[in-house]
Amino acid sequence: MSAIPTLIGYALREAVRRKVFVVVVLLTILFLALYWLGATKAFEEARSFSGATDSGVDVETLTGATLFGLSMFATLFLGTVLGVFLTLGSVRGDAERGLLQPLVVRPVGRVAFLVARFLGAAAVSGLYAIAVFAGALAITVAAGPWRPDSVVAPALELAAGVGIVTAISLLGSVFLSATANGIAIFMVFGAGLVSGLLGQIGEALDSPTLVSVARATSWLLPFEALYQDGLHRITEDTRGFTEIALQLGPFGGAQAGGSSLLAWSLAYLALVLGIAALAFGRSDL
Amino acid sequence: MPTGLGGAVHTLGRVAAAALAVRALEKRYGRIQALRGIDLEVGEGELVGLLGPNGAGKSTLVKIACGLIRPSGGSATILDRPAGSPAARAALGYLAELFRFPGWYSADEVLSLHQKLAGSSGGEGERAELLELVGLGDARARRVEAMSKGMQQRLGLAQALVGSPRLLLLDEPTSALDPVGRRIVRRLLEELRGRGIGVLLNSHLLSEVERVCDRVVIIQRGEVVAAGRPEELSRPRGVEIELAGGVRSFPDASREDAPALVARLVGEGERVYGVRALAATLEDVYLQAVEGDTS
Repeated sequence: MSAIPTLIGYALREAVRRKVFVVVVLLTILFLALYWLGATKAFEEARSFSGATDSGVDVETLTGATLFGLSMFATLFLGTVLGVFLTLGSVRGDAERGLLQPLVVRPVGRVAFLVARFLGAAAVSGLYAIAVFAGALAITVAAGPWRPDSVVAPALELAAGVGIVTAISLLGSVFLSATANGIAIFMVFGAGLVSGLLGQIGEALDSPTLVSVARATSWLLPFEALYQDGLHRITEDTRGFTEIALQLGPFGGAQAGGSSLLAWSLAYLALVLGIAALAFGRSDL
Repeated sequence: MPTGLGGAVHTLGRVAAAALAVRALEKRYGRIQALRGIDLEVGEGELVGLLGPNGAGKSTLVKIACGLIRPSGGSATILDRPAGSPAARAALGYLAELFRFPGWYSADEVLSLHQKLAGSSGGEGERAELLELVGLGDARARRVEAMSKGMQQRLGLAQALVGSPRLLLLDEPTSALDPVGRRIVRRLLEELRGRGIGVLLNSHLLSEVERVCDRVVIIQRGEVVAAGRPEELSRPRGVEIELAGGVRSFPDASREDAPALVARLVGEGERVYGVRALAATLEDVYLQAVEGDTS
């Protein structure tokens, strides 16, 4: 296991050279600039909205929470892009290019190789998600009076969600070439997104079946459950008509994960990485 | 030169583990049987050439030996340790047929990375020596992406030698080399033999194999079809005698028959200008063994 830091450094240097970080930084700057513009204008409009007091809805809370909830989705997406691009070709892709074989014939072991790839990618993409979350939070706080009810837990949940997608991408890389794996992972990510939308529709139509399907899918893909729990936490103390109004927006899909979500997420992560290690150990290169 | 057919190599009365011992090795890919019970051994300090047409199973054999592929049956051991185990991998160096190093690494950085992964404490001295050995002493700081294919192949050889392996598995190590590069590799292989390192050389370059290898193993469709020292594999192909009227061939004659043939011809009034005893080259032996299979 002493080779793990060496392999982490190898993977990160490869990512830097492939200009992954440059692309991600540029996309992040673009996103935060647009978010700043949107947040500033939205709060300006909210302040001039005359019907707020009459309906009992706190328009600035509605605006701030909706904007920040959307920024959390963008953060999850950008973190996922980074995590997936750092891992999508880790095994089969690198083996096809002849990069992997000289490394794994060394006595470091395939498990150590996988652990290093995961730790490197999950640490970078998780920290990145926290940094983007903090940036969006700073912009939201600067643009208007609204403050999220909880900050630390949602940030960590987004980072954990990104880590889980990264692990799924690493598992996919054992079986699929880089391109096929990239497509597959973003389809899995899309399935999580669809389950969130289904839940939202189910809540609006009061359909127990849709809500149940959405809940089961979000637990099958716990990055979605973590995102929904994070979304729930930023407005967990909001009550009254504002809470009802929030349920009509992106917060319709926000669900509290409960105390078992963390344990399930850790178990899921261990399961995914365990299957990846087992499959990689048995695969012919 | 140590040779042996058993599980150990006998050298000067002591018994040493074979650098590589392969027994009844089989590999199936679905319905395709890539290896069908291969037996092969490489002693310490022995240079064994592995020949065969494309698809014969050579690369599969080498990959099983270094733990990249799992066998379907039989066994492969390196210094008595199961192939693929950490101890076996620590004892070998490997140059794949298709390999690549990150283009942004310098030659020195590639070796440094592999020193860390191999647990080698050789440091800068080992890196400088290895680069010198493969003729890349002046290219230490050069990035891989700025190297020719031949230079990359020599760097691959240097990488395989990191950590002083006891067995070297080389899969087509000279395929991209020019004549000068091939000579460097040939000299290197001879030096490795002197250091007691066993080498399994998988190559299509029959002349190279014939020049440097102590033994040759020819496989076809996953089976050993010929094996032995190059000179043992060579068979007499008759005698050619140059006469005033042209060259006369005696295909059934051996080298020992030549004086009597010359005496007979002179007795018949012929003028003899030259005599040549013919032997099959490794290429002849190979083509005969694989029966023209070029699949």
